[in-house]
Amino acid sequence: MAELILSRNFSVPDAHTLRVYREGGGYKGWDKAKGMEPAAITEEVKKSNLRGLGGAGFPTGVKWGFIPKGSTAPKYLVVNADEGEPGTFKDRYILERDPHALIEGMLIAARAIDSRLGFVYIRGEYVQPWRVFSAAVKEAYDAGLLGAGVPGGGFDIVVHRGAGAYICGEETGLISSLEGKKGWPKVKPPFPAVKGAFGHPTIVNNVETLACLPPIVTRGAEWFAGLGTKTQGGTRLYSVSGHVVKPGVVEAPVSVTLRSLIYDHCGGIRGGRPLKAVVPGGSSAAILTPDEIDIAMDVDGPKSKGSMIGSAGIVVMDDTVSIPDALMVVARFYAHESCGQCTPCRESTGWIYKMTHRIVEGKGRKEDLDTILDVAKRGAGTTICAFYDGAVGPYISYIEKFREEFEALIRSGAHA
Amino acid sequence: MADATAPQFSPEQLAEVRRLQGLYPDRQGALLPVLHMAQDAWGYISLEIEEYVATLFEMSPAHVHEVVTFYTMYFQKPKGRHVVAVCHNLTCHLMGAKGIVEHMKARLGVEPGETTADGRITFLTVECLCACEQAPMLQADDRYEGLLTPEKVDRILQGLA
Repeated sequence: MAELILSRNFSVPDAHTLRVYREGGGYKGWDKAKGMEPAAITEEVKKSNLRGLGGAGFPTGVKWGFIPKGSTAPKYLVVNADEGEPGTFKDRYILERDPHALIEGMLIAARAIDSRLGFVYIRGEYVQPWRVFSAAVKEAYDAGLLGAGVPGGGFDIVVHRGAGAYICGEETGLISSLEGKKGWPKVKPPFPAVKGAFGHPTIVNNVETLACLPPIVTRGAEWFAGLGTKTQGGTRLYSVSGHVVKPGVVEAPVSVTLRSLIYDHCGGIRGGRPLKAVVPGGSSAAILTPDEIDIAMDVDGPKSKGSMIGSAGIVVMDDTVSIPDALMVVARFYAHESCGQCTPCRESTGWIYKMTHRIVEGKGRKEDLDTILDVAKRGAGTTICAFYDGAVGPYISYIEKFREEFEALIRSGAHA
Repeated sequence: MADATAPQFSPEQLAEVRRLQGLYPDRQGALLPVLHMAQDAWGYISLEIEEYVATLFEMSPAHVHEVVTFYTMYFQKPKGRHVVAVCHNLTCHLMGAKGIVEHMKARLGVEPGETTADGRITFLTVECLCACEQAPMLQADDRYEGLLTPEKVDRILQGLA
């Protein structure tokens, strides 16, 4: 078994406390980063090939570099802990079991981007993670790690609770929500690094992304890059759920194959049944068939099959699953969560849900499938944020890869 | 509990509102946290409470209304003493959420979105709560409960007075 880096504390009792975190080597990365020039930290992170682990997979160091050089404006570090991508649950583990890893990562990132104030936006439903993380923040203040007067840093953390809206996981929607508004995404440019929260340069990073920083600083960029593939360094936390024998969070190098995650790490399919389909990166990722699982689970592997690694939420489906029924559930989700700002998304998600619903109810029409595909393809790329593109991934892939099943259902007029 | 028709935070709560407002570069950032406080105080957020919160931020009640109605966790009508929210998203659906929802309907005698006649439980179906490794799962007030069976659901419901 490969070395655990991000999940090393998950089964350590009381690892959420500062004492136990420190006993395990915690805050050594911050101790080292304090002695580094901010630009050197950014350079190290670029060399590590760390990619954003929330969904978009953008190189983290490059993102930091978008803050205008020499800007004297306040800069904010915003943590996206609004975990909501269906099939994903790894950030919850960090918040609850290793909260100081996030705080330490924030301290390092804040030094790199010259931020004095950070916000951690935790989804409203995550009450327990919010409590545990807030207690860790208090401990960090009491220990002199946080606060305006700390030498080498001087960084404050505000823990902010959301109130239930998937769209707030989109970084500009999150910023709107943090500003006390409905969570409508904003037109880019300007990008948050130039004009973000409260009008100031803002870096939004995912929980797990920031938790990678202490080991990168402690053990070096080359070591981290060497754990992964050519274009992405490190290990990551895969959330595996559905019809596997052992669902859960699996940490593995990003070179791990989807097949290995399902069959080696998670014990294969329940009851030894055949695999029918698998979603590799949260519900917004295009679905894959059993002949498409011999891919590395870095940013490039799923892309080579027309899908995406996204949040690395893997949903495994065995041969008992009705794909039309699964698509109806996914379509219901996008219809419910569309924020309503852009017409193509607001209208299409609703209509496509209705069509998938009637197909599943045995009232599908012959032309429904082509209508869904047409509506999906026309709307892609026309909206302010990536939400609708995320919905289009499943609409198109479920239908194109399992068209016969949909057609048979429509012909028979049976319930799925 | 304060009177929802003439809402007014206590002096301690008002001090907390001011503290929260001071945490953000613009005090409006504290709107969501203050709305959480208001819901904790009055159980839900009425139009009167929206107007009251608007005065605390010197903003239009329409803006507060827009925010309250955008998010799923703010209740605009009185809710039950407990809220039980069953996830019906993809993994939970694959793992039997439909049966859990049907079982809840039968046990409580209400549809999702409704509250039992005795005011004990508001029953909801919700989108992914991100605990798919424990699917099917639900949220009972603050707690996540997973690996649900009808028997386990009964035990959870019995624990909610």
